[in-house]
Formats: sequence, C-alpha cells, structure tokens
Amino acid sequence: MRLWSFHGGIEVPGHKEISTTRPVEPAPLPKRLILPLSQHLGAPAEPLVAEGEEVLKGQMIASPAGFVSAPLHASSSGKVVAIGEHPVPHPSGLSAPCITIETDGEERWVEREQRDFRQLEPAEIRETVRQAGIVGLGGAGFPAFIKLNPGRTIKTLILNGAECEPYITSDDMLMRERPEQILRGLLIIRRAVQARRCIIAVEDNKPEAERSLRQALGSMKEDADDIEIVTIPARYPAGGEKQLIRVVTGQEVPSGGLPVQVGVVCHNVSTAVAVYRAVELGEPLISRYVTITGGAVAEPRNLEVLIGTPVEELLQLCGTDPGAVQEVIMGGPMMGISLASLGVPLVKTGNCLLAVGRGEIEHPEVMPCIRCGNCAEACPMSLLPQQMYWHARAKDFDRLREYDLFDCIECGCCAYVCPSNIPLVHYYRFAKSEIRARQEQKRKADIARERHELREQRLAREKAERAARHARKRPGPSDESKKAAIQAALERARAGKQGAAQDDV
Amino acid sequence: MLSAALALTFLALVFGLLLGYSSIRFRVEGDPVADQIDAILPQTQCGQCGYPGCRPYAEAIASGEADINQCPPGGEQVIQALADLLGREPKPLDPDRGAEKPPMVAFIDESDCIGCTLCIKACPVDAILGAPKQMHTVIADECTGCELCVEPCPVDVISMVPVEEDISHWKWPLPKVANGDAP
Amino acid sequence: MFKKALSSPYIHNPPFSTRGMMFRVILALLPAAAAYAWLFGWGVVVNMLLATGVALLCEAIMLALRGRPLQPAITDGSAILTALLLAFALPPLAPWWLTTIGVAFAIVVAKHLYGGLGFNPFNPAIIGYVVLLVSFPRELTLWLLPAQLAEHTLDPAATLGYVFGATLPSGLTIDALTAATPLDAMKTQLGLGHTTSEIMANHPVFGLVGGKGWIWIDLLLLAGGVWLIYRRVINWHIPVATLGSLFAISSLFFVLDPQHSPSPLFHLFSGAAILGAFFIATDPVTAATSNLGRLWYGAGIGVLIYVIRSWGGFPDGVAFAVLLMNMAAPTIDHYTKPRVYGHDGSGDA
Ligand code: SF4
Ligand code: SF4
Ligand code: SF4
Ligand code: SF4
Repeated sequence: MRLWSFHGGIEVPGHKEISTTRPVEPAPLPKRLILPLSQHLGAPAEPLVAEGEEVLKGQMIASPAGFVSAPLHASSSGKVVAIGEHPVPHPSGLSAPCITIETDGEERWVEREQRDFRQLEPAEIRETVRQAGIVGLGGAGFPAFIKLNPGRTIKTLILNGAECEPYITSDDMLMRERPEQILRGLLIIRRAVQARRCIIAVEDNKPEAERSLRQALGSMKEDADDIEIVTIPARYPAGGEKQLIRVVTGQEVPSGGLPVQVGVVCHNVSTAVAVYRAVELGEPLISRYVTITGGAVAEPRNLEVLIGTPVEELLQLCGTDPGAVQEVIMGGPMMGISLASLGVPLVKTGNCLLAVGRGEIEHPEVMPCIRCGNCAEACPMSLLPQQMYWHARAKDFDRLREYDLFDCIECGCCAYVCPSNIPLVHYYRFAKSEIRARQEQKRKADIARERHELREQRLAREKAERAARHARKRPGPSDESKKAAIQAALERARAGKQGAAQDDV
Repeated sequence: MLSAALALTFLALVFGLLLGYSSIRFRVEGDPVADQIDAILPQTQCGQCGYPGCRPYAEAIASGEADINQCPPGGEQVIQALADLLGREPKPLDPDRGAEKPPMVAFIDESDCIGCTLCIKACPVDAILGAPKQMHTVIADECTGCELCVEPCPVDVISMVPVEEDISHWKWPLPKVANGDAP
Repeated sequence: MFKKALSSPYIHNPPFSTRGMMFRVILALLPAAAAYAWLFGWGVVVNMLLATGVALLCEAIMLALRGRPLQPAITDGSAILTALLLAFALPPLAPWWLTTIGVAFAIVVAKHLYGGLGFNPFNPAIIGYVVLLVSFPRELTLWLLPAQLAEHTLDPAATLGYVFGATLPSGLTIDALTAATPLDAMKTQLGLGHTTSEIMANHPVFGLVGGKGWIWIDLLLLAGGVWLIYRRVINWHIPVATLGSLFAISSLFFVLDPQHSPSPLFHLFSGAAILGAFFIATDPVTAATSNLGRLWYGAGIGVLIYVIRSWGGFPDGVAFAVLLMNMAAPTIDHYTKPRVYGHDGSGDA
C-alpha cells in the first residue's frame, strides 16, 4: 500500500520498552472513585443520582447535557458520598464538579444486554455507543458516537494504533493482548459508518502489536478481506489524526473541517475496544488500559484501571517513591498535563501517568528567539511557529489568525527543537484562550447592549404612557405614600437584623 | 504662464466636483464611527465615563467631545482598541474615572431583601428579577457588574462578588520567562 | 509537593542550544583566523582580542543600562561572534580606535538599541563595518602585504606600538607595509584600461586565482562553513545560493568579455565572498527563515555582490549586499510562506 508523508515532525526517543515487559493486570478496586462530570469535549454531564444513593457497577450516574456531551457511569458498585468540586486533571489545577463513590467491594453489575452487532442498525449502534459514554480515548475526548454518524459516504475507516508519543504504551499493550476485541470493534464501527475499506495503522516500532493483530486477523473467518494492517514509519506526531490521515490516504483534512469531509473516519484502537464491549457485552466505558511509567516508578507497567481511580493509588501500586518524583504528567511528555495534585482521578482520556524522576526532565533557561527556523521545519502543520510566537508575545491577535494559529494542534514539535527553549506552545495556548475569551466577552457585551436598548425603549414607552395617563388626569399612587411604604419596610428590616445580631451574641 | 494657471484651476475644479459628488454619492447612513466605537465598549453601562451608558459615550468620542481613556471597565484593552480604530496614541486610563477591576457580579442577600424594586429600576440591563415586596435575585449571567444597583438599595444587601474562576473560563496566562526575552 | 511546569511539551531536544550554535560558528571561524594571522601578522591577533574585549564590555554595559541580567546574554557567544566577524573584515593593522568604534557601534546601536539578540533587523558586525567604511574609508583600505610579499614584518611589540600609539619602528612608513587589496587593485587597474590577464600577471598581490595568500584563508573558511553545514548548525541554502548566483553571474560576464571581467573563481575567492556566504549571510536573526526564502535571499546577495563590485563605488560589495538583503528578508518571508496543512494552494492567509 502506498504511504504518504507529512511535513516536519520529529524523532523522539520512545522510552516505550520500559513499560511493556509485564502483562496487563486489573488494578485493585480503590476505596473511592472520583468521577468528573466533564471528561469529554462539550457540555458537562448532569448528575442523575443524589448523595447517599446506592449505585451499581455500570449504572448511568450522569446524563449528557446536549448533543456534544457524554454520560457517565459508576465504575463500581457502592454509595454516592459526594457530589461537588474536586481537583481534576487540568492544566489550571482547578477543581470541577465530580461524583464521588465509596465502593462496597461487591462489584454488583447493572443488567447487561449482550447483543450481536450484525442484528443492529447503524443508528442503534450509534445510540448504544452514546449511552455507553464512549469518548475518543486517544486524544481530546470527543464523544465517539458523533464520529459514527458521518452523514456522508466514508471511503476509509482508519483505526489509529500509531501511539507516537514517547513513554505511552497502553494502545501497544491493548493491540498485543486484545487484538480480537479491536477487530470486533472495528467491524462494529465499519457497520455504523458503512465504510468501504478499513485500515489499522501501527507505527513500525511496535512489531509485537502488529504481529498479534495480523494473527487475529488471519484467524477471522469472515468479513476480513477489506481490512488492512499497515505499518507506518515512527515519527512524532504520526498518530495525530490529521497527520495519520495524510500518511494513510494522502489527503488533508480541510482547515477547520472534519475528516468526514474527505471521506475518512478515524478512531483510536482503545475506542474500538470500548465500542465492542458496549455493543456486544453491554458494558459502558468504565475502565481502560493505562501506562504507569517514568523514572520515579520502580515497576513501570500497564494496568487496567477503573475510571475515577485516584492517581496517587496507581502510582503507589507500581512502586513510586514520592520523594523521587519531580512532576507527574497525565498523558505523554509532548502533549500531556502536568498534575497540580496527585489526588486527581484517572479520567477516560488518561492513557498514561508519567512520574518524572528528579532531573529526568530539565527546564533549561529560555533565550531570545534567533529566528533559526528549526520550529518551522518541525511543524507538522506547516505553520510558522516563530512568527506566531512574536505576534503572541505582542498580543497581536489579528495577525495571529492570519498566521492560522487555530490550525496549530499543540503537538509541541516546535518547542522541542527550539534551541532557545522558548515555551512556544504555551504562547499559542495563551493566545488561543485569550482570543476565545475575547469572543465570549464580545458576545456578552452584545447581549448587554441589546438588553440595555430594550430597556431604554421600554422606559421611553412607559414614560409616554404615563404622560398619556397624566393627560387623562388619573392620579396614581403618590410619591409620598411610596416613600412611606419603603420607610416602613426599612424599619422592619432593621429590627429583624438587630434581632438576628442579638441572637448571634 | 497663464495656461498653467488655467490648467491648474481647471484641475482643481474637476477634483473638487469629483470629491463633492462622491461625498454625496457614497455617503453612509448614520454615524458608523459611533457604531464602531460602541462595538468596542464593554457595554457595562455603568456611567463611570461620565455619560449615561456606553452608547452616549461612543457618540461623544465620535464627535470629539470625550477622550478615549474614560472607560474603567474596558481598561487598557478597550483604550488600545479605540486607539487602533481612531488612529490615535493609546494613553493610560483617566484615574478620575475609576480603576480597572476584575470582573464582578452583583449578589443580593435574599433573606434581607425587602422587595422595594429600587434595584430593578437602577439596573441598566434588567438583570434583576423580582416583583414588589418579593425577594429579588440577580441573573448572574446577564449582570454586567456595573454596581448601579448597590447604592439605591435601602437595606444594603447588594454586594459585588468576583466572578468565580472555573475550568471553562480559565485562561492560559502569558508565559513567565525569567530572562532577557523582552524588548 | 513537586515542581510543576505549566505547559507541555516537557521535553526538549534541539540539535544544539543557541549558545552551542554560536560557539560552533566561532570554532569554525578559528582556523581561518589563525591563517589570517599567519599571513598578515600580529595585528590580526591584536584586532581580534581587542574587538572581543570591547564587545563583551559593551554588551555588559548595555545589559546593565537596559536593566537586564548579565546571564545568560553575556555568555551566549553572540557578542564574541560579532567581534570576530568584524575583526575579520578590518585591515590587519587597524588603529585601536577604529576597532573600538566599529565594535561599539555594532553592539550598542545595531544590537542593543534594536532590543538585543534576536531583535536586530541587521547583522551587527556588518553595520559596524559599514559605519567604519563610510566614515574612515582611507583607514579601511590600508591593507598589509601578505607575509610572503612583505619586505618588513612587525613583531608583536611593534604591532602594539602601531595599534595603540600610531608609531612605527624608525625607518618604516605605513606605505612601505601596505598595499591595495586584490579587489581594490583589480578595480583600479580595470579602470585604467588594463585587461584582467595583464593585471593578474603584472601586479604582485595576485596569485593563481585571486589575491596571494587569501586563497588559504578562503579555503579554511570554506572548510569551516562546510563543517557547519555538516553539523547542521547552518543550512546549505544560503551559502549555496549566494556563491552559486555569484558564480553564475560572474561566469556570464566572464564568457561575454573575458578581458575586462575577472574570472568567476576570482570573484569567489576574493574579498569577503566566502566569509559572507557562510558566516554572515547565514546569521539566522537577520536572514529569511524558510528554505525557499533562504534560496532567494542568498541568490539576491550573490547578485548584489557582483553588481556592487563591478559597478559600485566600493571595491567589495559583500557588506552592502547582505545589508540590502537583510532589509528584504521580511518581504521574502512574507512571499515564501509555506502552505499550511489543510489550506488549499492559493497561499492566502
Ligand atoms: S526554533 Fe526557537 S529560536 Fe528558532 S526560530 Fe523557532 S522560536 Fe525562534
Ligand atoms: S505546536 Fe503548533 S506550531 Fe508547534 S509544531 Fe505543533 S502544530 Fe506546529
Ligand atoms: S464607563 Fe461604563 S458606561 Fe461608560 S463606556 Fe465604559 S462601561 Fe460603558
Ligand atoms: S444587577 Fe446590579 S451590577 Fe448587575 S447589571 Fe444590574 S445594576 Fe449592574
């Protein structure tokens, strides 16, 4: 099969072998599960349970709020002990609404309906996936059912097993250990999007994964002739959706558009497994493979983890020495989030916990940009990172849009190769969030202007009416009596306040 | 000599006519400058600029009556945008008008509200709900933080609280770079 | 609990740091500098040391005046590099004030008044050189004879005496020590109506291709430049485009009129062509940034060098050529913007 290449990209040391030596095991049941209501792109889910309520494993505890949203399920049975703010994995380090469940250790399931996907219509599959709370497990957590609803002819369905970021091996282990489930999931997705051909793309640094996929594919009796497994050259960020589509099909997703516009749908291999479990086993998304690795981890490995398990416990399970930790990153070192506290839960999109040992990652001093152009050469979107950096610094947001800031996928290649160690991506994130905030501000200002104008009109109308009434000499309540009424109310309130104050004493 | 003077006069005439014609032909309705200025102003409608609302201030700037540095809620960002629009030099906010503050919303301690409706009358954007003699509430989403309702309240139960920072409104800060990297 | 970096990526691995880049360029310059000193005497060494000292001093003063920490700017190597490049362009026996003025102007005005490293639109060394060239044209053309030709050479003490005290050992005049540079000689002689072959044969400063001795310096510069490309400190685009276009345009005129146009090799191996192509035009701060842009930028420099050398008022055109193309760099960048992924080829924003 012909492969294409994308502009730029970088070679990064993989550090993957350290976490692939042990087979994946389920992590023990934690005492508490913390489930953020927003683990996906879009509106946060709305709680369906109350504090004190008993829940079963797999029970839906929050429902989607709107189209772009996803429900949430209890990862194990137990009691809801809190619904409220709790620290979550987010670059801000802030808290967000979460449902906390105290597990009872009995793992009592809700009723699960097992079905054969061949009997299901595409629309039924989509609804099942939606109800199972499945989001894109490789990236930003876009609700997966939306990408099962293309509304156009799909030429190519790509399963993304590239996993190009250093240290992360959760997809690799999944491909090694559960290739049948991946293939089942692929067939289900194929049915949902009615794709003509299917490609599983694996980076060439994962020969075991590829071998096990090929074996599983070989032993599949039917339905397999349009499925192809391709190895693509390992080059970061080959697993980025846009780059992968380019490598596999030679096509480019239009700026600001979606892959379906070029007849492509792309899902992650872990998402495929989640789809299989939801459709055929009736299990919602409540667990995932997670890589726990890094210099501060004594036994780096992959675990199958219940969503909501506190990060701290997972690190302990793998023998992490708290004193040796410099920082903990959820996700990989190129695009992950540095955690502000270890009490945060593992979320659906959390494919990796990287406990960086002291000195393992350096933060070298920042020097001025010398316009060397390394960044532009490395940018997989063919942007001009250097120019964007200058304009972001100058807060020249109009120019930034001219330089297509919003096409930046925040992959970090530019900052990786910058000889002056400028935190380039940070500048882009700053600029993007500032531009979004200003748009929001503008929207609010427009509403305020409109409300103000309406009010002015209303006042003018009322005035005119009053004048008309006045002309007809119909006296209204006098100002005097109004003032008296207010005065009386005031006295009452004062008395009440004083009484309250005395009670306090 | 004479012919040169004639030619020049002729040219001046032609251009004058052209200019005159185009100013009639291409005249734009209303006062677009005031509209453009109004689009930049924050619409808090607080009156700190010395005008009864953003629109009057916009018109005052457009007519050259007011300066561009009189709107505290808009702060530096608005001054900069106005300077860009009008091709002027930005200047610091006029301190007599007030200072730039973090965004606030009004909060009514409902247990003590006497339902006098005075705040409703003061609110420029109808962000307060309530009927006479009932408790009043602020619709936080619509409130512009203008503080105009605080003063009229006879029982002083309206306070301004900072808008809470949550994840969906969090902004990446400008990177702090320790050394040598700024002009 | 632990240190938290706000934004990913958390790992960096540039081929080398900005500092590493500067020092590699300096390293690549050193063999040629040594050859220069070998051929033209101690004055070169004095020039380079003096220039470096003045550059670091000015850098420190300017950082202090601008309220900036000394580190890391003072040790980033950029000031030293500017000093060395400028010293390379100065005559081997330059009075101390000439060097000092040039370097000070380069660092204070051309670098720091524009905002320091990375913010300067023009190469500081070139600005320093051009200022000297315009203000003190006579001093800048007093070139020593290469050691092979000279009847007298100066020992270190005598050199220092001349540089700082403007005195020469008794019996020597500056005219006895100096001669026109090859480019200068060629230009003057062509102006007098001689043909290139006559000039090359009759004038003592010429060797086989260009000036006597210069060929060694240029070959070492070439070697240094190739090493820089090999180590990926600089890209090949600018030097190749510069020398390529200079070669092409001089070949054209050489073929048309060999008697009055010096050979292409003469052009490549004379004056500052090699130095400029590998060490000055490649200064990333002031060059075009995309590879395509770099080709245009280099080609422009090559052509301008030829134009200025042949028809301009100064014998060598490298400095002015680079300066002019520095001005054009932002425009080149604008028109060589790459097509962003997912945008169609029309190239608009
Ligand atoms: S890599 Fe860094 S120093 Fe080089 S041009 Fe880009 S931002 Fe500037
Ligand atoms: S982070 Fe953005 S600008 Fe930098 S390399 Fe990636 S896509 Fe390009
Ligand atoms: S000061 Fe208040 S009323 Fe005046 S323009 Fe600013 S927000 Fe509007
Ligand atoms: S509620 Fe108060 S602060 Fe808010 S907009 Fe209305 S008057 Fe202003």
